[in-house]
Amino acid sequence: MTTRKFIDIDFSRIESDRMRLNVGPQHPSTHGVLRLEVELDGEVVTDVIPHIGYLHRCFEKIAENVTYPQVIPYVDRMDYVSSMNNELPYVMAVEKLMGIKVPDKVEYIRVIMSELNRIANHQIAIATFGLDAGAFTPFLYLFRDREYILWIFEKASGARLLFNYFWIGGLANDVYPTFKEDVLNIVKQVRKTNQEIERLLIYNKIFIDRTANVGILPADVAINYACSGPVLRGSGVQFDLRKNEPYSIYDRFDFEIPVGKGEVGTVGDSWDRNIVRMREIEQSCRIIEQAVEQMPNEGDVQQAIPKKVRPPKGEIYFRCENPKGELGFYIISDGKDKPYRVKARAPSFVNLSVLPEISRGYLFADLIVILGSIDIVLGEVDR
Amino acid sequence: MGLLDRLDNPYEAGGIILGTIEDVLNWGRSRSDWYLHFGLACCAIEFMAMNASHFDFMRFGIIPRATPRQADFIMITGTVTLKMAERIKVLWEQMAEPKYCISVGSCANCGGPYWQYGYHVLKGVDRIIPVHVYVPGCPPRPEAMEEGMMKLQKLIDQQAIFRKRQRLAEEEALKEK
Repeated sequence: MTTRKFIDIDFSRIESDRMRLNVGPQHPSTHGVLRLEVELDGEVVTDVIPHIGYLHRCFEKIAENVTYPQVIPYVDRMDYVSSMNNELPYVMAVEKLMGIKVPDKVEYIRVIMSELNRIANHQIAIATFGLDAGAFTPFLYLFRDREYILWIFEKASGARLLFNYFWIGGLANDVYPTFKEDVLNIVKQVRKTNQEIERLLIYNKIFIDRTANVGILPADVAINYACSGPVLRGSGVQFDLRKNEPYSIYDRFDFEIPVGKGEVGTVGDSWDRNIVRMREIEQSCRIIEQAVEQMPNEGDVQQAIPKKVRPPKGEIYFRCENPKGELGFYIISDGKDKPYRVKARAPSFVNLSVLPEISRGYLFADLIVILGSIDIVLGEVDR
Repeated sequence: MGLLDRLDNPYEAGGIILGTIEDVLNWGRSRSDWYLHFGLACCAIEFMAMNASHFDFMRFGIIPRATPRQADFIMITGTVTLKMAERIKVLWEQMAEPKYCISVGSCANCGGPYWQYGYHVLKGVDRIIPVHVYVPGCPPRPEAMEEGMMKLQKLIDQQAIFRKRQRLAEEEALKEK
């Protein structure tokens, strides 16, 4: 059991009654409808039991009842702050099963949209993490910028949050004429805000005091719990599917994998997980700039869309790097127009399982910070 | 039906506004609604966006409260599962009268995309608690939610407080007879 440095009391020697406290499911800091059963020894957390299922939406059962293209809207609603990224692995899995090769233009638009949505997701993550630590102003700054990104999505797909934009073999419709200029303007704006947020939040003394050395997740524990995404990279493990197992056209871009280095505390603390998200926004900006430069203007985005989506018998597991981590879809096809089985490997669910491990021995107020640093979305945890 | 709307020209009348106490009370109530800080699913993200810079929900005079005991109205933003339905019922009963409910999004209105094949969804939150305003959409735009809020303000403006009390007293008197 680890204790924080500034508490010089050995709590194991003091005998006291344990108290059980219920947090949620309507608690404002649980990022949705998560319920935590916390065992407290005074102010110190001795155990956490997460209770999930308050937002169970039976995605896997519904997917067996609807046709392949009809699954896409339900995929959107799993991790609703990064819908584009959710659609990508599902769509690519079915394409791989059917052996469809999509045009280059489609691939570029998909990458640009995914990276924009990654930025939007990380902005929400940092904003709500700041809220958990008591900083309200960064929330307003980041949401202002996120709105600009949503405008691009809205112009392209017609929706602000849940898009149904990636179709099997193509896109719902082509992007609008001034798409490239808009995207480049957004990138500029995002970079500017990033600098502001670094001054305002990330290197703020209060914020560092709240988050550094809190919720330390060692690399071996992170790997044992199959964590992925910023939670894994915050612990110093350089693993990113975009680099390690390039899908789509990610091998054409030059970018780095940011990892936690323990700049202000220990490697793998809450601050590190947050700074990885900040740095990833910068890397996403780089990818977007390169993609916009390379993207061809000509091409029909609906050229490869099959008339009938009826994959041959077989099964496939396809995974992509989501903002939250590794999102995988395991699809079994029995040759009909409806999938026989769709299993989703959700990163939030796996990342949440490490919470009891890393929150033992910290103060109760730190538990909220640790939960915020994991960045879960309950729609994906419960599915 | 606001207080000021009743007058044709308030300044010509020497700065005096005549109205009923009910109007004054309703004007105050509808312009300082406090809501329960509570989100369920996708709509809650749009709800957050509405609270943030571009839409600025707080200009309606509302403040988020973390406990139902201080809240005037609740916004059901998202899918209500059967497991969560129990909890929403408890939250609703913890709120003090007068209380209002805005159902946001298709899921809360009727079950939404999960209506047909879902074994988990409550097909409309109005099955467990009374709903005053419905906001359609999946998810509704923040503008739509603001429209819903304005509809609720109108509803509160038109409510009768004293007349209701008087009517209740009359009814009780009738019962005693």
